[in-house]
Order: sequence, then C-alpha cells, then structure tokens
Amino acid sequence: MSLPLFWFIVIAFLWVGYLFLEGFDLGVGMLMKLMARNEKDRRVLLNTIGPVWDGNEVWLITVGAMTFAAFPMWYASLFSALYIPLVFVLMGLIFRAVSIEYRGKHDSDKWRNRWDWAHALGAFTAAFGVGAALGLTTTGLPLNENGDRVGGAFAWLTPYAVLGGLAVVAFCLIHACAFLMLKTDGEIRERAKRIVTRWLPVGILPLAAWAIIVQFMNGKVETLPLLVIAVVGAVLAWIYARRDRDGLSFISLGVFLVAGAATIFASMYPVVLPSTLDAAWNLTVENASASPYALKVMSWVALFGLPVVVLYQGWTYWVFRKRVTTEAIPAPHSFKNQ
Amino acid sequence: MEALDIARWQFGITTVYHFLMVPLTIGLGIVVAAMQTAWVRTGKEQYLRMTKFWGKLFLINFILGLATGLVQEFQFGMAWSEYSRFVGDVFGAPLALESLLAFFTESVFLGLWIFGWKRLPPKIHLACLWITTLASMLSAYFILAANSWMQHPVGVEMVDGRPVMNDIWAVLTNNTLLVAFPHTIFGAFAVAGGFLIGIAWYHLWKRRRDGIDTVDAKGNVVVGERPEIGRDKTDHSVWLRSLRIGAVVAMISFAGVAVSGDLQGKLMFEQQPMKMAAAEAACHDGTSFSVLSIGDPGAKNCEDVQTLVEIPGMLSFLANGDFDTEIRGVNTLLEQYQDAYGTHLPADEMYGANSGMEIDYTPNFAVTYWGFRIMIGFGGIAAVAAAFALWVVRKGTVPESKWLMRLAVFGILAPFGANSAGWIFTEMGRQPFVVAPNPTGSDGVFMFTAAAVSPGVSMAELLFSVIAFTVVYLALLIVEVRLLFKFVRGGVPAAMPDLLHGDDGGTGGLDSAGGDPDGSPGKKKGDVLDFAY
Repeated sequence: MSLPLFWFIVIAFLWVGYLFLEGFDLGVGMLMKLMARNEKDRRVLLNTIGPVWDGNEVWLITVGAMTFAAFPMWYASLFSALYIPLVFVLMGLIFRAVSIEYRGKHDSDKWRNRWDWAHALGAFTAAFGVGAALGLTTTGLPLNENGDRVGGAFAWLTPYAVLGGLAVVAFCLIHACAFLMLKTDGEIRERAKRIVTRWLPVGILPLAAWAIIVQFMNGKVETLPLLVIAVVGAVLAWIYARRDRDGLSFISLGVFLVAGAATIFASMYPVVLPSTLDAAWNLTVENASASPYALKVMSWVALFGLPVVVLYQGWTYWVFRKRVTTEAIPAPHSFKNQ
Repeated sequence: MEALDIARWQFGITTVYHFLMVPLTIGLGIVVAAMQTAWVRTGKEQYLRMTKFWGKLFLINFILGLATGLVQEFQFGMAWSEYSRFVGDVFGAPLALESLLAFFTESVFLGLWIFGWKRLPPKIHLACLWITTLASMLSAYFILAANSWMQHPVGVEMVDGRPVMNDIWAVLTNNTLLVAFPHTIFGAFAVAGGFLIGIAWYHLWKRRRDGIDTVDAKGNVVVGERPEIGRDKTDHSVWLRSLRIGAVVAMISFAGVAVSGDLQGKLMFEQQPMKMAAAEAACHDGTSFSVLSIGDPGAKNCEDVQTLVEIPGMLSFLANGDFDTEIRGVNTLLEQYQDAYGTHLPADEMYGANSGMEIDYTPNFAVTYWGFRIMIGFGGIAAVAAAFALWVVRKGTVPESKWLMRLAVFGILAPFGANSAGWIFTEMGRQPFVVAPNPTGSDGVFMFTAAAVSPGVSMAELLFSVIAFTVVYLALLIVEVRLLFKFVRGGVPAAMPDLLHGDDGGTGGLDSAGGDPDGSPGKKKGDVLDFAY
C-alpha cells in the first residue's frame, strides 16, 4: 500500500471515529432542549456524556492536525475555502464545551437554562458545520489552480453543503437516542426508544442520500457492497431497537455509519477535494500529500499512537459503563458566600 | 487596514487569550496533583480540601483553555493557507504529534479524574490527574516545537521552493525549543504561584477580619473555629499551606525563568539579532543595556529613539557573557538583512497588494522594547512579592492590612502580564518574517508574513471572524473571572458540596470527607457526580 493511500485511510478512520463518538455527544447536546423535560432529565443526559465528550472531541482536533501533517494542501484549501462555516463550527464547539463545564457552577434556573441553550445550539451548529464541510470535501468546491476558493465568501453554500449538514445533524439525533437507550433507564430510556423506533428511517435518510449521490457521481462498482452493508446496518438497528436489544441496536447503527462513510470515502478516492471548476485542479492523495519522509514519520506515530488512544479511551467507557438514572442525581449544588 | 493586518490581529488576539488559560492549566495542574498525592499518601484531610478547592478552580480555567485551543489549530488553515501550504511538510508534524500523543491523553484522563472521584481506587484516580498534567506539558512541548521552527527553521531542505522535512529529530530537538520549553513551563509555574499566594492570602485575611483567627502577644496566630460556616481549623492550614506552596513555587520558577531566559536571549542574539536589537532600541553598535529609552510610541526608526539611562557593558554580558564585545545595532543589521533577503518583496502574485513593496526589517520598537521590559519587570515583581509573602506568614497568618491583601490579589495578574508580554515580544519581534531565516541553516528557508495569509479569504470574512472571536472571548472571560471569584469566595465548602449537604455516604456533615478515603469504590449507592457540577 502506498503511503498516501495509507494516510487517506487514516484520515477516513479518524473522521468516522469522530462522527461515531461525537455523534452521540452532539446529539445529546441538542436533546437537552428537544427531549429533556425537567432538571433531573437534563442532568441524566449530561451525565451520560460528561466523562467522555472531551476525549471524543479530540478526534476532530486530531483529524485536523493529521490532515495538516499528511495532506497540507487539502488542509489549506479546505479550511480557507470554508472560512465562514468553520468559524461557526468553532463557536459551536466553544459554547458546547463551556456550557457543559459552567452550567452547574451556579445554582439558578435562569443560569442553567441559558447554558442549556448554548449547549444545544452549539452542538447543532458544530454538527451542521462539520457535516457541511465534509459534504463539500466529497462533492467539491470552486477552487482555482492554486487551490484557492473563488466566488466569494458564500461560494460554498450549495445544496450539497445543506445535505451534508442535515445528514450529520439527523444522524447525531438518532445516534444519541440509541446511545441513551443504552446508557439510561426508566422513563428517559423509554422516550429515547420511542424516538428511535419512530424516527430512525427518517433520521438516516440524508446520510444515505449523500452516500448514494457520491457513489453515483463517481460510479464505482466496488463500493456498492459497502452501501448494501450500510442499509443492512440501519435496518438491523431499527429492528433491535424495537426488541429492546439496546447494545445490538447501537452497534448496528454504528455499522450503518461506518459503512456509509466508507462508501463515501472509497468512491471519492483518489480525489480528496474536487474542484468544481476544472477536474485538472482536483486535489488528490498524490498532489495534496506531504513528502514521503514526512508521511513515513507520521505513519510510525499513527501506528503506535492510535491503538493506544483507542485502548485507553475504551477503558474510560468501561469505567463509566453503568446506566445513569434519575435516582443518582443529587440536589443542585449551592453554597452561600460567606 | 488590509486583510493581512486583520489576520495578524486575529492571530494575536486569539493566541494571547488562549495563553491566559494555558499557563494556569499547566502550573496549577501540577500543584493540584502534588496536593492530591499528599492526601493519598498521608490521608490528612487538609490535603483533600486543598485538592478539591484548587481542583475546582483548575477546571473552571481548563475548559476555556481547551475551547480556545481549537481555534488555534483551525486558523492556520483558515486565515493562513499559504503559510500552511509552504510549511505543511514540517509544521503539521508537531501539531499532529501534539493532538495524538498529548491532547488525547489530557482530555480522556481529565474526564476520568473529574468523574472518577468515587469510582476509581484512590491511587488510580490520582494517576489520572498526573497523566493529565504531564500530558499538558507534553502538549506544550510539541506546540513549542512548531513555534520554535518558525523562529529557527531546522531539519528541512528546500525542494521546488518549499521546505521539505528531512529530519524530524532535528525539529524536536531544535536548540530554540530546548530553551523555550523550560522558559515557558517555569513561566506557567510563576502564574500558579501568584495565583495560590493571592487567593490564600485573601482567605487568611478574611479569617482575621471575621475574628476567627487572632494574634497573640508574640505575634503568633491563634487559630479559631466557626464550623457553622464551614471554616474550621483545618481550613486555616489549607490556606496557610497553599500560600507557602505558592510562594516557594513562585520563587523557584522565577529562578528557572531567569536562567532559561538568559540562555534564550543569548541564542536569540545569534538567531534573530534584529529582534534583540529592537528590544534594546539599540540603533548603533555598542555594549550598553538600555534601562530607559523614550521615543514616539509607534517608533520604527532610529531618529525617534532617545536613550535616557543605560548600563554600560550589560548588553554584551546578556549576549555573550562578557562586557566588551560590540553588539550589532539596528542600523548595521538593517544593511545585513537587506543584503541577504532583498530590499523589496518580489513582484509576485502571492504577495497580493504588497508585491514589490519595500521590506521593513525593523519590528515595531515600542512593542518589542516595552514587551521585553514588561516581561522581565512583572516577573521580577512577582518573585520579590513571593519572598515577602513567605516571610510575612512565618508566624502563621497575614497582616490585617486590607491594602496588602488587595495587592496580593492584584499581584495574581503580574505573571500573567509577564507571559503575555513575552509572547507578544517574541512573535512581533519576528516580523516581517513568519518563518524567520536561520542564519546558519539551509538557504532560503524563510517566509515573509505578507505572503502567508489566505489568498482566497476576503477582508470581510476576516473582519467577521475577528469581531466574533473578540466579542465571544471577552464575554467568556467575564464569565470565567466571575465564576472564579464566586468559587474563591465560597472557599473550601464551595468545592465540596458534601460538606454542606451531608449526603456523602451516611457519616454526614463536616467530618464525612475526613481521613476516610472518599475515593473508595462501591462505597455509595448510585452514582453521585457532585464534583463535576
């Protein structure tokens, strides 16, 4: 396997890891305003992601930094072309992070309500923006021969951007409910189950549509089986959810994501960022990658580092494997300033 | 104003802001880990209280550092795409190493620490905090590796007009990095030291004001008790010990900052002589260190600078360790730079409106000159204040004076100021280069800042983002500072809700946290996540 191909796979793996793990964080964030009915519900939701969201977010940081190191041209073109949406993504992530940490630091309903809004809107913005950015890197941007965007600050605003954004937002919501089925108990779990069994077919639709569009744009027969696996995963997730098999349902939805994303990445290969102006200006794994030496160094780092990360992150999930219930939520914490 | 200026302002604002949180995260993290270690080893309640109180403040601060760090990594691609393309082969590597080997570890183990209080065995729980703090230091190392490469590019060769990495080891052992790292880490400890002193001082003072602690005829403290407001005898030792730890940390870190800073200065006279000459407002060759020079605040040329007070020989000493080697002044250096790197920017599309423009090799005098002095001055003030604080509390408490207390609290800001000034000095002093040329390295590895900005990004986009970031950052800074004040005033009980609610495992009340290892797993029913909220 050539090093640029290996790195394309690493980047795809990191993106899928990010969408899988932050998928439920961001979804739970949005559900803080969509599903929770009272303070105990909100604390339960928050506690399901509390110990893990921060580690999950680093997948995005890592995919950014790894792209910079392995495909500097891809990084430079994509990030500068999507200037405005990425500002929104950053703002969303800033507000999400700060809300989780600060919401409980002051005992007042108004204070908590404000941070819950910041959390939900931040999560929505981040999910939509990441989805739009990913959608565009698979369908293309108006790039000139230098890899710079032409056409002004909103040249990226296309139906594909909206589709990508919707795909990630809708997936996050369903994925979060499947996660809550697994991580909570009692009434909240029931509500999460109702959402999954009712809305799963709708929720995965935009992501499926995106995978199909990219598949047909690039027309590769080899990637069709992946698409089939994705569909099977989604159907199984739905069936298992109805039968209260929380773990299997969650994993099947994960299979849908992995196979769907793999369809997208595999069918666009070897292009990493198409130019909608001229195919000759497409960024590919070859013309966008770093030098062989740099790739070799980074390969050693990734081969050593990634498994270690997966191991200790897995351990976190093991430590916090218990379901979170309303009984475990203490009274809000207040203190008098003396 | 043009896009380049706005992009530079944005980078400056977001970086200085991010670096308000980072030093406190690094310095306070290690201190809290040490406190928790003391608790695990001795089982003394005061150490648990210290850990919880300072740990709470650590977390309030940590999150903003994390959130603003995201912007740092994205903006290279967003606002500086030509830079990213030019240096991508080498500059991306330390960033990738940072996120994979350091940032991941930091984030995952911090989550384990926050939520693991009652779930992990005490020693493993403690190890999580150590891993987190050591990972933040490793993180600093990689980021400084990237920055040091911009200051002094090594480990590359030029291929088709771009630097291509040929030695990662050289990048990770850059001599610029090896002195910048200890300097930055000691700077972070200085921040933590000042923070501990100021806050502990305030609490000791408050206990005297409220008549809890009194002073006997010999001047020794008589510790009192007011359990109904959660400020009992143990808390006195929490504050006193915190203050002493802070003072010792501050003094040691000042020594470390001074030694590493001296080494860094000597290296800089070799690697970026113009930066040091500008920091000295040294227009002509000479050996004297300027104590006070004045000039037009925006001065960029020598006619406007007048030196009022100077120390003969001092500059040579700083640069070479002797008193009579002449140091090249700005005028001499200017000619050398013009000979080496040209007088005008190339008439190339990549320079946009700046193509063909005359290059100004002197950095902004006012910024470099005063940045350098504020850095050293604030650092020095903090060290003297720490020594004073240690001496004052030798009999167990602080003086009654309200003004001294206020000074101690305001003193928290001095090391922050020194850190910011140091960064502004080192980054602004690098101009007009974004990658400064390496005088002994391979030819042509340098980049003018004017060429680094994203060609496809409009001024309007940059204006939008710089305004958005500035407003949001300011709002969040206000929130953070208010929360810090709230939890500082709340003292230990604010960080230990179980003290007030008595809902900790049945023993109830103020003693529950006691010597009893509050971290033992399976002790409680359910999963109470108090510490996180």
